[in-house]
Order: sequence, then C-alpha cells, then structure tokens
Amino acid sequence: MTLIIWINLIYLVAAVAFIVALKGLSSPKHARNGNLLAAAAAVVAVGATFFNPEAHFSHHTTNLVLTIVAMVLGAVVAVPVARLVKMTAMPQLVAIFNGVGGGAAALISIVVFLSDAHLHSLGAPKPAVYAIVEAMLGLLIGCVSFSGSAIAFIKLQELITGRPITYPGQQVINGLVGVAILGLAVATVATDNVALMVGTAVLSLVLGIIFVLPIGGADVPVLISLLNSFTGLAVAASGFTLNNNLLIIAGTLVGASGILLTRMMSKAMGRSLSNVLFSAFGSVVTAGGGADGAAETRQVKSGTPEDIGVLLAYARKVVIIPGYGLAVAQAQHTARELADLLIERGVEVFYAIHPVAGRMPGHMNVLLAEANVPYDELKEMDEANPEMATADVALVVGANDTVNPAAKTTPGSPIYGMPIINADEAANVVFLKRSMRPGFAGIDNDLLFDDKTTLLFGDAKDTLSKLVTAVQEA
Amino acid sequence: MSGNTTGILEFLTIFVLAVFVGNEVVSRVPSILHTPLMSGSNAIHGIVLVGAMIVMGTASGAAQMVLGFLAVLLATLNIVGGFTVTDRMLEMFKAKPGDAAPKKKGTDAEGGAK
Repeated sequence: MTLIIWINLIYLVAAVAFIVALKGLSSPKHARNGNLLAAAAAVVAVGATFFNPEAHFSHHTTNLVLTIVAMVLGAVVAVPVARLVKMTAMPQLVAIFNGVGGGAAALISIVVFLSDAHLHSLGAPKPAVYAIVEAMLGLLIGCVSFSGSAIAFIKLQELITGRPITYPGQQVINGLVGVAILGLAVATVATDNVALMVGTAVLSLVLGIIFVLPIGGADVPVLISLLNSFTGLAVAASGFTLNNNLLIIAGTLVGASGILLTRMMSKAMGRSLSNVLFSAFGSVVTAGGGADGAAETRQVKSGTPEDIGVLLAYARKVVIIPGYGLAVAQAQHTARELADLLIERGVEVFYAIHPVAGRMPGHMNVLLAEANVPYDELKEMDEANPEMATADVALVVGANDTVNPAAKTTPGSPIYGMPIINADEAANVVFLKRSMRPGFAGIDNDLLFDDKTTLLFGDAKDTLSKLVTAVQEA
Repeated sequence: MSGNTTGILEFLTIFVLAVFVGNEVVSRVPSILHTPLMSGSNAIHGIVLVGAMIVMGTASGAAQMVLGFLAVLLATLNIVGGFTVTDRMLEMFKAKPGDAAPKKKGTDAEGGAK
C-alpha cells in the first residue's frame, strides 16, 4: 500500500476514537478515559500528518520548521493557561479555545484560496465552483465563530457589561450585514477575486461581533455551545476543502452534537433557541433596580449567621441551591463542609442543581465534584422540585434567577415560563447574596421580600464559613 | 486540492452520516456532564490542526506562510488547551459516591487556598 493510504487509515482510526470518546462522555466513569483516548488519537493523527504526502513536508524544510515552531509555541502557551486558570473562569477558557479553532479554520480557507488563485494566475485551471464554495463556508463560519467567541470571552470576563448591548434597528442592521456577506461570498465564488474574499472575511468578523453583543450574560452558555458547534462546522468545511475525511467527521460530530446540546440548553430555560439569540433577553430591567442595594423601598429581612446557623442545625431537611455566586466566591469546599456538618447532625441535605445555574450547563456539578460532593447528594431540578415542599430550609447560595417565582407567576416577566427550582415552597428560604443587585438576567426577585425569607449579605465563602461556625456552636 | 464530482458526493455522504452519529452519541449525555462534553467536543474540533499543517506544508510566499503559521498556532492552542482543560474538569469526577469522603482536602491546585 502507498503511504497516503496508511495515513488515511490512521485518520479513520482517529475518527472512530473521537466517536468513542464522545460516547464515553455519557458516563462519569468513562468520561476521563474517553477524553484521553481522543487526545491520544489526536496526537497520532497529528504525528502521521508530518508524513502525509499532501503536506509536502519532505520537500519544504522551512515550512516544516515553521510548523514545528508554531506547534511548540501553541503548546507552551496552552498548557499552563489550561492548567492554571481558576475553575470559575472555565467558561471563558472554553470560549477562547473554541474561538481560535474557528480562526484556524478560517485561515485554512484563506491560504487555500490564495494558493489556488496564485496557481490560477500561473495558468492552472480555475478551481471548481464547489471548491470555492467550500472554502468560503469555512471562512465565513470560522470568522463568525472567532469574533463571536472573542466577544463572549470579553463578556464573561466582565471586561464589558454582561447585559445585552442593543441599539435601534439592531436586527435590521444584523440582517443587512448577513445579506451583504452572502452577496460578497457569491461574488467571490463567481469571480475568484482576492479582494472580495478579504471583504467577506472582514464582514463575517463584524457579524460575529454584532450577533453576540445583544445576547445577555445569562444566555452566554447557550451561545458558547452554539459557537462550539459553528467551529465544528467550519472544521468540517475545511475537511471538504482539503478532501480530508478526519476533519469532515470530527467537525461534523462536533457541529451536530453542539446544535443538539444548544437546543437542550435553551429548552432547560423554557425558551426557544431563536428567543435566546434574538430577543436581547434581560435588557428590559424594571426601573429602580439600580446599583448595589439601596434603591429598593420594600423591606427585606436580613439575619445574622447565628440565627441562620440555628435554623439549619435544627432543620430536618435542608436543600442547598447553588448559583454563580458560589463559583465566584470559590465557596464549593465550604459549602460541602457545611453540608457534611449538617449531615453529621442527622439533617437530610441535598443540592438542587438548576440546569443553567452558573455560566455553563453542568457548571455547578463540576464545582461541587471538585469539592468531592458525592453524586447522590446532587439532584437535578426535576428530581429536586417534588421535595421542595417538605424542605425546612432552602439555602440559596449565590443564585437568584433560577429560583425567581416570577417565572411561574408573572406572565409579563422576561423569564416567564423558565423552569425554576421551587425554593418558594420550602418552609424557610435563606439567601446568601453579595448585595441586593438583581441576578444576571437583571430581573427583580419577589422571593427576596417574602416573609419567610432571610438574607445574609456577603461573599458566599465568607458567609458559609460563618454558618459552619454557627452550626458547630448551635 | 480539487477533487472530482464523485469525490464531493462521497464526502457529502460521510458528512450526512456523521450528522446522525453526532446526534445519536450526544443524546444520552446526562446534563451533569454537559460542560465536560462541550469542552471535550471543543478539543475534538482542534483536529483542524491536521488541516492547518497540510496547508502550512504547501504554503509558498510570505502571505501564505504567515497565515499558515497562524493557522497552525491557533489550531494548536485549540487542541492542546481543549484536551488539557477537559482532562482537568474530568479529573474532578473521578470520586465515586462511596469513596468521595476520604480524598484529601485542600490539596486541589486551585482549592480553598486563595
């Protein structure tokens, strides 16, 4: 057999390994091995590519050296970043790693386009229409994913406001940009003109930015999932351009699974995907929800750690409802300490996990797993809700929107229809909050003003360790 | 790099089948693993590195060289960072319901220390 066939067989094995790896992610037991398998397959495939005759490395030493330099440079940057960034910053990190993948796919398209145009100018036949279409698809989707992920990163890092950024005629402008891109892309395919291709790339970058700006911080997890899927499709397009099965299979797998995941996530919020993407959710903030606290005229009841410690220590059943505040404060270990302490005293304790709590689906599970909270103490929303009515205390740690009863009771509210954890059904509700500021969606929460609700202000880790002390003394 | 019409049909076939495989494989992932799944699939599309290498290997002239170099660099960030971060996430899932407690406390790299 010739070398190229061997290489392609290796690619096929790698593609199968990717499928098996994704399958492995369906159980906590096999997930890690699945990921390691995919990583090993990727290493072998990349190694084999050095010998791929299509890459011509044996004839181009400079290219080979530059390739190795770029790879070493990338690895030297990526490993420490991926190892050292805090768990709370994980969503941003996934966004950025996703964005660069989209950027790589777009660059591949550009180089292929330039190379084909160059060969054409030297007398080679014009590339086939479908070849240019493939390259343009990779370029367009890759650019949108790149700049969109960059903005998602900036939002999550809170370098700009997490609120939707809107302006008059936004949807019309976005639509016009979309149409302009299509027009430019078609013109590029027809003429094979480099300037038109560059124009398409620039406008696609712009589209990625203006597409993401109106999406509120609470919806960014859904967005990252969608952009992940986009990058997958861009990679598949690169596969078509380079006639490479591995890229087609891997990219399509990610594209298809990403879209499914995105839809599952929107469903968890009780909304359609188009509503998530185009409604600038959370921009209609009720008046008076100003900065830290004081603006409200309604009375809230704020308690001392000692009061709440006693309440918890003598409860029969306590449900802990974690949210992004837990992640920000890195309070997962302290939360577990409190839970363990209560369990020792014979209190029944479990964690109720809202599917979109935090900034990514499963964000809370990852954090609590880090603190070694046993699986059987974690209950998903559907499993937890029937038990809420018999709970003595619902301890809401840095969550807000996911327990806001307005989702059930106020038809006009932007979150109306979103499934929530029914904290309001518990006999007592305790909120650990940094301030009276509304949640990420920017909506007031009536539960905060309820008679059975007690608030304890402060950083979640701080207040939780105060509660640990209070329970120990109770 | 241009194929013929039979070629593109074969690739389209593979594409369509992969769509179904992707849907099938993911439909059974429990929501607690959604974040690692997103991160893991993010790493998998990092295999675009193979494409970037092929393109870089054949690049000629300054513009193609620079862009190809960037493509390899970005793709490497994607694939290396993606797998590393996913492994770090999944490392945390290794505790089983039974043996969760005995594991050392506070030795986690980014745990309670700060």
